[in-house]
Order: sequence, then C-alpha cells, then structure tokens
Amino acid sequence: MHTVVQAVVLGVLTGGIYALMSSGLTLVFGIMRVINVAQGALVILAAYASFELFSHLGIDPFLSILLLIPAMFLLGVAAQLVFIRSLRGDYAPEMSLLVTWALALGVEGLLSVAFSTTDRTTLTSYADKSWTIAGYQFSEPRVMAFGVAAALLLGLYALLRYTKFGRSIRAVVQNRASAQLLGIDPDRVSALGFGVGASTAAAAGAVYGVVYPFNPGSHYDLISRLLSIIVLGGLGSIGGAVLAALLLGVAEAVVAVEISPTWAAFSFFVVLIAVLIVRPQGFFGVQERTL
Amino acid sequence: VIRPAGLARGAVFLAVAVAFPFVFGAHWVVNMAIFTLMYAALATAWNMFAGYSGYISLGHVAFFGMGAYATAIVFAHTSIGSGYKPFWFLPVIGIGVGLASVPVGWIALRTRAITFAIVTLTLLFVFQNLATNLRSITHGSSGYALPVPTFAVATYERPFYFAMLGVLVMSLLFAWQVRNSKLGLMLFAIREDEDKARGLGVRTTGAKSITFALSAGLTAMAGSVWAYYLTYIYPQYAVDPLVMIGSVLPVFLGGRGTLWGPILGALILVPAQQYLAYKLGASELYLVGYSAVFVAILLLLPQGIIPSVRALAERWRYRGARLEAEAARMKERVA
Repeated sequence: MHTVVQAVVLGVLTGGIYALMSSGLTLVFGIMRVINVAQGALVILAAYASFELFSHLGIDPFLSILLLIPAMFLLGVAAQLVFIRSLRGDYAPEMSLLVTWALALGVEGLLSVAFSTTDRTTLTSYADKSWTIAGYQFSEPRVMAFGVAAALLLGLYALLRYTKFGRSIRAVVQNRASAQLLGIDPDRVSALGFGVGASTAAAAGAVYGVVYPFNPGSHYDLISRLLSIIVLGGLGSIGGAVLAALLLGVAEAVVAVEISPTWAAFSFFVVLIAVLIVRPQGFFGVQERTL
Repeated sequence: VIRPAGLARGAVFLAVAVAFPFVFGAHWVVNMAIFTLMYAALATAWNMFAGYSGYISLGHVAFFGMGAYATAIVFAHTSIGSGYKPFWFLPVIGIGVGLASVPVGWIALRTRAITFAIVTLTLLFVFQNLATNLRSITHGSSGYALPVPTFAVATYERPFYFAMLGVLVMSLLFAWQVRNSKLGLMLFAIREDEDKARGLGVRTTGAKSITFALSAGLTAMAGSVWAYYLTYIYPQYAVDPLVMIGSVLPVFLGGRGTLWGPILGALILVPAQQYLAYKLGASELYLVGYSAVFVAILLLLPQGIIPSVRALAERWRYRGARLEAEAARMKERVA
C-alpha cells in the first residue's frame, strides 16, 4: 500500500508537468485545428536552453522560465506565420500535422548538431533533495516543477477567462466565423495563440530538464504521451487535458512500481485504446465530422 | 477498364524496371534502386488507403515492422533453403499481417479526420514499444538476426531487387483494381463526404476496414523483403518514424489519390534523399536537410505533381478553346 500511495504522489507530480505541455497543444488545436507535433521538440529545445543558461551563466532553471517564455512565444508566433498560416483547404489539419512533424525533425537535427546525442540533465544543487512527509518522499525539484506547472496553468486559465485577448481566443475556438463578424482577427489570434502554446512548452521544458534526463531524440517520447493525453481529454479541451494528464501520470507511476518499469510508458496507450473503444471523442470532446 | 494508354505506361515501366539491374550493375546503384522500389511500394500501398479515403494514417510503419519481425522470427528457426524461400513466404506475411491489422483498424477507424491521424501516430509508438518490450518474441532492443543467403557476390542484390519490384507491382495492381471497382467509388465518396455517403447506403466501415487491411498487408510484404535484405533488425529501425515519413512524402509530392503519383514521388525523392545522406554524411545534418525538403514539399506543392500538371494542361486546353472562339467571333465581325 505504501508503495502504491508513493507512486500516486509521484504520478500526480509528473502529471502536472504533462498537463502544462498538453494544455498548450490542445489550446492550439482548439484555436486553429492544428496539431503541433513539434510541441515535444519545443519542450526539449527549452530544456537545452535552460541547461545552457544554468551551466554557463548559473541562472536557476526555474528562473530561466522568465526568459524562455517570451523567447519561445516569439518563436511560436514566427513559426505560425511562416509555416502554418499558408496551409489552406480541406486537408489543412492533417497537413499541419505533417508540417509540424517536419519542424520537429528539424529541431531534433539542429539540437543533435549543436549538443550531440548524449543524455543531459540540469543538475541543480537541490536535484537530489527531498522532503519526507508522513513517511512519503516528496522530491524537491518535482514538487517545485509541479508548483510551477500548476501556477502557470492557473495563469493560463486567468488569461483565457479574464483578459480581452483570452476572450477573443475563446470566441475563435467556439466559432471562427462569428468571431470574425464581431471584429476579431482570427489570423492574429491564431499567431498569438501558437505563441502561447509554445510558451507552455518553454516553461515545461525548463522544469522537465531538472527532473528527467533528455537528448535531442526525447521529443518522440514526449509527443507520443502528449498526443494520448489530448485525445483522451478530448481535442481542444484544456480541462480535459489536465485531467487526462494527471490520470495517465498516475497510471504510469503505478504500473512502474506494481508491474514493471518497462511497461510504464505502455499504460498510456492501453488507457487510450480502452477509451477509444468506449468513447472515441475522449472525456470532453465532441464527435468529429470528416473534414 | 483497361485503357491502352495505361497499359502502355505499365508495360514501359515494367520493362525499364526489369532491365535496370542488368544495365546498371554497380552495388550502390542497385542498393539505391531497392530502396527506391521499397518506398514506391510503401507509398503506393499507403495511398491506396489514405489517398483514396482521405484518412491520413501515420501508423502504417507498424505493419512494416510486423512484416519484418514475422520474417525474422520464422526464418531464425527455419532453413532459408537456397535463399529464395523467404520470398515465396511473402504472400503468407501479407495475408497474416493484413488479418492482424483488422482489429487495429477497427479501433483506429472509430475516430475520424485529425483524430484518426493522431491515434495512428500513437499506434506507431505502441508497436515500437511492443517490439522493445516483448523480449521473448522480438529479443527486445538487442534485435534479431536473419540468416544470410548465399547469393553470388557479383549480383547479390538482384534477388532482393526483383522481390521488391514484385511487391511494388502487386501494390500497383491492387491500387489499380481498387480504383476501378465499386470499393474505389465507395472510398472516394467517403473522402468527399462520409456522412452523406453513409446516408446514401455506402457501407463505410466495411470499405474502410477492407482497404486498411489490404494496404497493411502490402506494407508488411515490403517490410519482409527489407528485413531479409538488411539481415538485422532493431525495434527503432523496424518501426521508424522516418520510414513512415518516407512512405507519406512521395504521395504528397506525386499526388494524393492518383495511381502513378506515389511512384513518381519515390523516383524523385529516394535518390535525392540517398544523395543528401551521402553528401551530408553526419546523420544529424541529414535530418535537418530532410526536414527542409519535407516542409518545402508540403508548403510549395500541396497538390502534388500529377494533379498540378493535369490542372495546367486543363487550363492550357481551355485557353486554346477560348482563343479559337475569339478568333471565330472576330471573323464574324469582319464578315
């Protein structure tokens, strides 16, 4: 029982980081029907940036988030303008999937050229420390990572709920044409929204690098998990993505201790397949029509 | 319906393809040709499902891997005879994996459009994961060795070349047959408007599942020849996202839903890709170049070569007709 509870704690802490990454992914899908397969690659890019800032300038990875968010926001806006905007027509969503996949390969290639393919971890002074509460271990960096992820998710919620920009995003998600009639420029919202999505990858990447070892190829591990999460949560639903991330994080951690660590990653897919059989649209999704 | 032009095109292609290894004997040329044929076959098989029905499957490489592993597992314990036995075994692999793909297709095809693309992409990771984890069956990450055939050294690649050509021709025939049958009409109707097609009585689930299985079986046969040719397979190479992209890209370049588009695309892309790999050497830079080509094709040529050329020809003809009409009007006015 003790190990299971410990696994649940670990799973929730991990799930928080996944929730942050997938919130950006599902938000971008909601706004412009684009699945950004490069989200995982952006996370790894941010992890490398934060690693470099820490090892050369001594900037704490959690502080580097403040630098990385605006930088990745601009990068995301630029990527949307250059690569995504020109996609039109019936197959635009599927095409966007392939284009962003190509971008992910490009980022992977550039990172491998710059940093070689060996594993890195951002080794802070508190990397191995942990708090013990009621006999359960709470690893310090993981708790901090969870805290940051939770704070940023709340920030994202506030942004969407209370600002004018957030309202225009929600309007575009609900009905692009009506939003346009009300004077919202969907192209502008799409570009900025893509930037917001990339920012969540920036923040998540910095904390990811503290908790996990990473290399340029790690983005495949991430994106396979993130895709399962957003399908499970229902495409476009941030609340659904957060719930799915926590659920899958816990499932992964429990399988790792109870069955075997080799099958931990697989629990994502088992849950996904089970859900597809019962409810193909995910927790909070709506049934999709072709095109 | 067999049209003379189509028959001639097929005959010329087959004649050139059969003569090729006898004209160009150098090992590296035939090696490149084998990979060109492989991607042409993979692209044709993929296009038969995805191009015709509009369902973009990004998990087909899982069936490629299944074909590769099935071959490795069977011939690790069975004699390969004079070396040709694995080729005779290809139809069994095709049918077996085709049947095995039915439940996979059933689950994935419960979703549509972009969700289908995402779910099939996760299937790719599922199978890669299985190939690594099911150690008792696949030997895990240490991989599987196949027996090395005793083909004559000077023409060692030739049997693999013809086997791959056989898989390509078979894919092409199936793609052509599906196009010209009721099944093809059903798939095109699904691509245009699935709900309407269903409303009109098209058995959409059946049509999609059958084509998915056919396409998966053909993909597996290409994987089988590939595994035997390399004689060594690992999970990350047998179920490789880059192979998946390699089978999708020629279709986009040549033209989705066309018969010859995927082959044309592969004939252009694969030699270019091999040249790039040779030039840039270091696999990391190669990846950057590859992604640049990938983006360029998707953004600049989303329609593909064959449909673009066709549209151009159409416009040309239309312009000719318009000029003639104008000339006639002028003549009338003068008279």
